[in-house]
Amino acid sequence: MSLVHKKIDLFRRKDRVIKGGGQKAVDKQTALGKLTARDRIVALVDANTFHEYDLFVEHKCRDFDMDKKQLPGDGVITGTGMILGYPVCIYAQDFTVAGGSLGLMHARKITKIMDHAIKLGIPLIGINDSGGARIQEGVDSLAGYGEIFYRNTRASGVIPQISVILGPCAGGAVYSPALTDFVFVVDKISKMFITGPEVIKTVLGEEISMEELGGARVQTEISGNAHFFASNELECFHQIKRLVSFVPWNNQKKAMSFPARPPKHKYDIERIIPAEPTKPYDVRDVVNAVCDHSDFFEVQKHWAANIVVGFARMNGETVGVVGNQPLVLAGVLDVDSSDKAARFIRFCDAFNIPIVTFVDLPGYLPGVDQEYAGVIRHGAKVLYAYSEATVPKITVILRKAYGGGYIAMCSRHLGADFVFAWPTAEIAVMGPEGASNIIFKAEIAEAPDPAAMRKVKVQEYTDKFANPYVAAASGHVDAVINPAETREYLIHALEISTHKNESRPARKHGIPPF
Amino acid sequence: MSTVQQKLQELKEKNAHVNLGGGRDKIDAQHKAGKMTAHERLHLLYDQGFYDELFRFIQHGSTSFGMAGKDLPADGVVTGLGAIRGRLVYTSSQDFTVMGGSVGWMHARKICEIMDMALKAGAPYIAINDSGGARIQEGVDSLRGYGRIFYYNTLLSGVVPQISIVAGPCAGGAAYSPALMDFVIMVKGIGKMFIAGPEVIKEATGEVISAEELGGAVVQASHSGNVHFIARDDADAIEIAQTLLSYLPANNTEDPPSLSTGELLMIEDEELNRLVPDDPRDPYNMFEILQRIFDPGTIFEVQSHYAKNMIVCFARLNGRVVGVVANQPAEKFGAIDIDASDKASRFVRFCNAFNIPLISVVDVPGFLPGVEQEFGGIIRHGAKMLFSFSAATVPKISVVIRKAYGGAYLAMCAKSLGADRVAAWPTAEIAVMGAEGAVSVLFKTDIQNAPDPKLKRRELIEKYREEFSTPYMAAARGLVDAVIEPKNTRAYLSVALESLRSKRDLRPQKKHGLIPL
Amino acid sequence: MSDQQHTTLVIGDRAYETSLTKKFKQRKPYAPLDPKKVLCVIPGVIQKVYVKEGQRVQCDDPLFLLEAMKMQNDVLSHLDGVVMSIQVQVGQMPAKGQVLLEFE
Repeated sequence: MSLVHKKIDLFRRKDRVIKGGGQKAVDKQTALGKLTARDRIVALVDANTFHEYDLFVEHKCRDFDMDKKQLPGDGVITGTGMILGYPVCIYAQDFTVAGGSLGLMHARKITKIMDHAIKLGIPLIGINDSGGARIQEGVDSLAGYGEIFYRNTRASGVIPQISVILGPCAGGAVYSPALTDFVFVVDKISKMFITGPEVIKTVLGEEISMEELGGARVQTEISGNAHFFASNELECFHQIKRLVSFVPWNNQKKAMSFPARPPKHKYDIERIIPAEPTKPYDVRDVVNAVCDHSDFFEVQKHWAANIVVGFARMNGETVGVVGNQPLVLAGVLDVDSSDKAARFIRFCDAFNIPIVTFVDLPGYLPGVDQEYAGVIRHGAKVLYAYSEATVPKITVILRKAYGGGYIAMCSRHLGADFVFAWPTAEIAVMGPEGASNIIFKAEIAEAPDPAAMRKVKVQEYTDKFANPYVAAASGHVDAVINPAETREYLIHALEISTHKNESRPARKHGIPPF
Repeated sequence: MSTVQQKLQELKEKNAHVNLGGGRDKIDAQHKAGKMTAHERLHLLYDQGFYDELFRFIQHGSTSFGMAGKDLPADGVVTGLGAIRGRLVYTSSQDFTVMGGSVGWMHARKICEIMDMALKAGAPYIAINDSGGARIQEGVDSLRGYGRIFYYNTLLSGVVPQISIVAGPCAGGAAYSPALMDFVIMVKGIGKMFIAGPEVIKEATGEVISAEELGGAVVQASHSGNVHFIARDDADAIEIAQTLLSYLPANNTEDPPSLSTGELLMIEDEELNRLVPDDPRDPYNMFEILQRIFDPGTIFEVQSHYAKNMIVCFARLNGRVVGVVANQPAEKFGAIDIDASDKASRFVRFCNAFNIPLISVVDVPGFLPGVEQEFGGIIRHGAKMLFSFSAATVPKISVVIRKAYGGAYLAMCAKSLGADRVAAWPTAEIAVMGAEGAVSVLFKTDIQNAPDPKLKRRELIEKYREEFSTPYMAAARGLVDAVIEPKNTRAYLSVALESLRSKRDLRPQKKHGLIPL
Repeated sequence: MSDQQHTTLVIGDRAYETSLTKKFKQRKPYAPLDPKKVLCVIPGVIQKVYVKEGQRVQCDDPLFLLEAMKMQNDVLSHLDGVVMSIQVQVGQMPAKGQVLLEFE
């Protein structure tokens, strides 16, 4: 046969596979607002940069009539491409082929591309859209999942791993996204849960829909399993591209540099903090007032909103930002916000991203439910994460920084490289009201007018301690700066920290609280 | 000018003074409360009561709020080193008789110095907590103190074992130090840990609860999972610490202390052939199996009150220390839930950091279903087990006793997560899901079209079970390297463990992995 | 999503103007457990009731047999006492936190 004939044959073979499960199945997906697997990849990567591998892989199962079934690509598309000029390894499950179910060869395709990502040191993106294990393949699918989880773990902290949930992701399958660094979900399309509504109905008698149990809103707002919420797939891809621009290829590199741009004029940093100390403000305004082009990319926006985490650029370089949010729960630290912050800090540390922390919190959220939920264990994670991090750590104390909250928010004592404080900062062992109840207890009790005495004592304490100068006097704060100087100070501190080298005692790994 | 004799006398007097801590009266009050003093605890902890105390003449430098001139012997904490069963261990023991054991800067500095020494020497560190909390009079300096302690706890994490004994109050930020350490032992009725105490909570939320109910030993051990061992009293707490240490290496470059004679005792135990009930729905006590596999009397359970559906313990096999993770079918059906995941994964991480081989004993029907579990983030938390086992580079051996379904089986260290050896009993049921669920999917049409669907379904379930809920499917694919007779389990494990002693497993270079938190 | 309506939260004896999260508003305040009540902690269908009303039991005696996930577990008594009322029956699937049995 001539080359021409062979080329035609190749074209025909490719064409058969590329059609996936067929037009009818594709139409079903479209009706739900879902793109096909291949279209998703094409929409995500730069034009004409997707190279597909293992297109012709076929399953080998002979049980349960499987030998009669032809499954194009065994239900998953794998390959490499570029996003914003970045190389990435990518896979997308094809729901039109046997419901995107995972069998032996399907898993092999995925683990192969994962191995590539680790060896090549490039980010891994997994688009999940699957009914779960291919039961017909029994233990083979189970083992397949195991191999994937093992590689997610191997890759963890080596290359950034992104999971996109664009369909069902149930049962054991959800663990792969859980082991990755960032999970993207889309309203009404993503469904993530370990045990689905049917099992819950059978075992517990409770009725709940897939959406209510593990839809995008639940995962971003309640359980904290997802990091980004989009209303449709295209918006999701836009978010992914944005994220990729902030993170490095692998843990030996730094993230891409961009040209530095000043913050937008509309953010007047001196007008953000209210005069009244009990009034809130949006800490994101502060972030936007100092970062390049006021372009703050928030992560896990809808969960544990009392702390804000996300990426931004200072002078063109990526930084990770952590900030207490006075707008929500007065910016306290609690179980969820501790988990959120600690995980983000550790990601930044693993990938050479400096951390900038903005502090304004009254302390921890009191409550029996917090104690029983283990706020001790969870709160400790933040202490651990900050202490462990060897990337440049710069802290700006905006307002309240009392007691344990002060320590936890990257104080000098946890190894912050630079600590700046605004004139509005109040660094004290506790707030004036609380302190008065303890330190001046006797005086207040013995006074002729205790209420008036209390007021006097609170004012006394406020005047003496609710400021940054006592801490500055002991060198716990490096400089008290004007808000307008913040960007300048941060940029300078970050620039001189570029080659920061801090070692830790040799060990396999630390043991953070769980 | 004083003579040399006078100077010697001066030293004697100073020593005597510091030894008394807060004074006779305070010591009596301590005893009355059922507590030992800081010194008494160390005396009991160290061999022959001997320990070398360091920094005993430290003095605070604070002058505000009436602190000027206040005499606080050893600034409220006794720090030192000595031998525990012949091995070097560093300790800090807070002195409640000195200003309530409150933590000021110098107090904290002493603790950090001792931790730094432990780090450099590669020796374990024990902290005995008995303190009213931050010394408010020292203001931000006391915060600095706590911050430094937390920093050092993190520095030491995974390098030397850290054990915390809570023998008194440990409230507010102070509670974070035990949480950052590896094991927490709390004295029942006396030790208490909470971030916000009863008064603070009452003011903030109106909830009324006692200190004991909020953060006492029982609650912390069984409900919140912050405490690993409950002790009856100080003496018991110290004994627990000593026993625990006997299983641990001095630091992460060493192997755990071995009592091996070089001989492998491969005892056959017929009883094991009879332990698993015929009816797969019947539970049994997993400890009955564990006790017959490991060296007698060596099982040392950790967090026995928490997530009882998962057992984690140290044990010895032919004198060698192993870390054991096992499901407990008699509790919550042996299923894995959020608490069980946290318990198991942290234990696995600890064993991995300190070169302790892991043995996993499996009988798990799945993850515990429930809306509460889903909303609570079982996805994140279950993933920790997968991560911990996958990331572990110590020898990993698994024995599948009975149920081993789906993701829950993977989480108990299946072959694909890197288990070095996997053995299964003939009673093992290794499958991607239970027969009922599988049949519903695979034979949907067959059942619908049958004359008697219910009967057909039952038949198919039975057939599927016979064929698939066995160890042989997995064995055929090499996911299980041996199907063994239960009575030979000890022999199998002995050989496996011995052959893996020199295991080397290289991983890609990284600062640290990103386990889901 | 945090409710944008501002309200007050008291921390450290100071009232802050802020908003509350849905999770925070839905949390159940602490109420001490009645030791005389045996609550349902694990899911399942009641297969057996081992005791009768008026019967004296000891700590760790089995009270019920629950079945779920193709497994059976006993619900044990957590104290010594006399059974006052049994509030469930065989075949029932109690909800989490539901009272199964009350002691005198």
